[in-house]
Amino acid sequence: MPKLRFGKGGQPLTDSNLLLVITVSIFAAMYIISMIAFGGGFLNPQQFLNLFNENASLIVLACGLSIVMVTAGIDISVGGVTALVTVCCAVHLQGQGGNVPASLILALAIGVAFGLIQGLLVAYLDVQPFIITLAGMFLARGAATMVEVNPITVTHAGFAALRKIEIRIPGIGYYAKNGNFINSKIELGVIIALIVLIAVFAMFKWTRFGRNLYAIGGNSQSALMLGINIKRTKFFAYLLCGGLAGLGGFIYLLHTGSGAVTQATGTEMKAIAASIIGGFLLSGGVGNILGTLFGVISLVTINNIVVSMGLKGPWWQGITTGAMLCFFIVLQSIIMSRRNGGKAVRPIWMRKSREIGS
Amino acid sequence: MPKRKALMQRYAQLLIPLLSLLAVIVINLIVNPAFFTLALRVNNAGNSVFAGNIISILDNGSELAILAIGMTLVTAATGGQDISVGANIAIAGGVVLRVLCGNEAAPASLHAPIIVAFLACCAVAMLFGAFNGMLVSVFKIQPMIATLILYTAGRSIGYWVGGGQIAKISDPFFSYFGGFIPGVPIPTPIIITIACIAAIVLALRFTTLRLYTQSVGINEKSARLNGLNPLWIKFLTFLIIGVCVAISGFIKVSRMSTVNYSSIAQDIEMDAILAVAIGGNALGGGKFSIGGSILGAYTIQALMVTLYSMPGVTSESIRFYKALVIILLVSISSPVVKNGVSKIRMLRKKDIAREVV
Repeated sequence: MPKLRFGKGGQPLTDSNLLLVITVSIFAAMYIISMIAFGGGFLNPQQFLNLFNENASLIVLACGLSIVMVTAGIDISVGGVTALVTVCCAVHLQGQGGNVPASLILALAIGVAFGLIQGLLVAYLDVQPFIITLAGMFLARGAATMVEVNPITVTHAGFAALRKIEIRIPGIGYYAKNGNFINSKIELGVIIALIVLIAVFAMFKWTRFGRNLYAIGGNSQSALMLGINIKRTKFFAYLLCGGLAGLGGFIYLLHTGSGAVTQATGTEMKAIAASIIGGFLLSGGVGNILGTLFGVISLVTINNIVVSMGLKGPWWQGITTGAMLCFFIVLQSIIMSRRNGGKAVRPIWMRKSREIGS
Repeated sequence: MPKRKALMQRYAQLLIPLLSLLAVIVINLIVNPAFFTLALRVNNAGNSVFAGNIISILDNGSELAILAIGMTLVTAATGGQDISVGANIAIAGGVVLRVLCGNEAAPASLHAPIIVAFLACCAVAMLFGAFNGMLVSVFKIQPMIATLILYTAGRSIGYWVGGGQIAKISDPFFSYFGGFIPGVPIPTPIIITIACIAAIVLALRFTTLRLYTQSVGINEKSARLNGLNPLWIKFLTFLIIGVCVAISGFIKVSRMSTVNYSSIAQDIEMDAILAVAIGGNALGGGKFSIGGSILGAYTIQALMVTLYSMPGVTSESIRFYKALVIILLVSISSPVVKNGVSKIRMLRKKDIAREVV
C-alpha cells in the first residue's frame, strides 16, 4: 500500500493522523448521508449542536481517558466518579445550602482525590490499572449511595442561574413553527468542554509532559532510556484524568440538574469507546485528541440515525452502537496491519521508532 | 531440597488467595462464632437440604468460579480479558428462554426438551465466543477492545433473541439446575461447578492445553517458531470461555426461572477478572493457576456474604467496602511490595549468615 502523503515536504501521514482522518471522514459521510436520507432534524443546526449540549461531560471524560490511554493505561472509574460528584454537589447545594464555587471545588477535589490514589497505586506500586480503577468505580458508586440513596433535584438559585446560561449563535438557527427565526444555542458546559479539549490538544502537542505521554505509551523502555521519569508521568496522567472526571461530573450536573447514584451508568465504556473510535489504541502511543471529539459525536449520532430509521425496539440502539464499534475497530486493525507491510500489528516493543509518536 | 523448592514455587502463587480467604473466615468466626454452622433443613419442595453460610458461598459463587476458569485461560493465552461475559450470559439466557418458551410469556408446558435448550445456548455462546476469538486472533485486536463490542451490544441482542419479552418458566424440572435435585442435599450448581473443575483439571493434566496456552501467552512469536498455531490457541480459549458462559448462564436462568436482560449477571465480568487477579495470575498473560482463580472467585463470594452479614452494610453500599478490600489485596500482592518483602528477607538471611560466620 503506497504511503499517503500530505502537505509540505510530502511527509507520510502518522498513524494518529491517519486514524483521525478516517474517523472524521466517516462521521462526515454518516451525517451527510442522514441529512439527505432523513432530512428533518438532521438539517436543523440545533440538532447538531445538541450533540454537544447533551454530551459535554462525555467529551471531558473522554479527554481524560485519552490522556491515560495514550500511556497504555486505562481508567474505568470515571463514570463512578461522575455519579459521586453529582450526588455530592447536589447534597452540598441542596441539603446544606452551599454555594456554586464551593461545589465546583468539591467536584474537582473528589476527582483529584480519586486520580491521586489510583495514580499512586498504578505508577508507584505497579498495580494493574484495570483492576485498581475498577475498584475505584465500585468505591465511587458505593460511596455515592452512602452519601444519599435518593435522587436529588437541584433548585439552588445560583446554580439554576448558571444552568440557564446559554450562548446564542447569531446567523445560525432555524424557523420555529410560528415563523420566528430562533438562533441556535449552546450551553455553558460545551464551552468548558471545548476549552478542556483545546487545552489537552495543546498539552499533547506542545508541552514536554504531553510528548512524554506518547513516548512512554509507545515504548516505555526507550522512554526510560531517554531519561523520562515514567512513574511521575504516569502518575500525573491518572491525576489529570481524575481531575477531568470531577469536572465532567460537574458539567453532567449542570446539564441534568439532578444528582443520583444511577447517573452516568456505563459512561466509562462510552468514553473508552469514543477514544477508540477517535483513533486511540489501547496499547498506547497513538491517538489525536481531536479524534476523541469526533468519537463522542459519532457515537451519539448513530443513536439519532436509529431513531430516524424508525427502529422502535429498545434493543436497536445497543446493537447498532456495537455494530458501529465493531466496524471502526476492525477497520483500524486492517489499516494498521496494511501499513505495517501486510503483517500483523507488531507489539509495542517491536515497533520502529518512526511508528511511535503522534 | 530442590523438589521442595519447586513445590514451594508452584504453590507460592496460591498464598495470597488462600491467606485472604483465611482472613475472611477468621474475621467471620470472631464476629459470629455460629457463622459456619451447617444445618440440614427441609425446604419448600419437601427435600431435606444443607443450609448455612458455607453452602450459600459455594452455591452463589458457582457461576463466578466457572467463569473464572474460562477467564484464566483467555488471560493466559491473549494477555487480555474478555469483558463481554456478562452480556453473553444475557444472550445465552435469551436463547434458553426462546427455545423453552417460544413466543409465549408463560407457557404451561415447555416447547422443547431442556437438553435442546442447553445445547442451543452452548452453541450460541460458543458462536459469540468465536466472534470475539476471531477479532482477537485474526484481526489482532486487543481482547478488551474486541469484547467491548459485545459488552455494548450483548444485552440488547439478548433482549432481541428472547423475543422482546421477559418470559417465565414454571417447569419444576428446569429449576433443579439452579436449586436442588430431590434427594440430593447439596445445591446442584455446586455439583455442576465440581464437574467443570474436574473437566478442566483433567484437560490440563492429560492434554497439551496448559503448555500451549502458556507458551502463546509468554511469547507468541517463539511459540509460532516452535510449530504452534497461536491464532488457533487464542481462538480455542475464547471457545472455552463460551462454554463457561453457557453453563453459568444456564444456572443463572434456572435459579431465577427468567431473565432480566439489563441486570442479569451484571458486573460479573469485573468479578471474574478480579478472581483471576486475586488468584495471583498475571493479567498480562503467560503462566497461570486455575486453582488460584477458583479460590479467588470463592474469596470474592465469601467477602460478599461476610459484608452482607455485617451490621450497617446495605446492598447499595456493599460495593464501597468491596472496593476497599480489593485495593488492599491488590496493593499487597503488587510486584513492588513483593520485591520489597523478598529484599528484606534476603537482607535478613545475609545477617544470619554473618552472625554464623
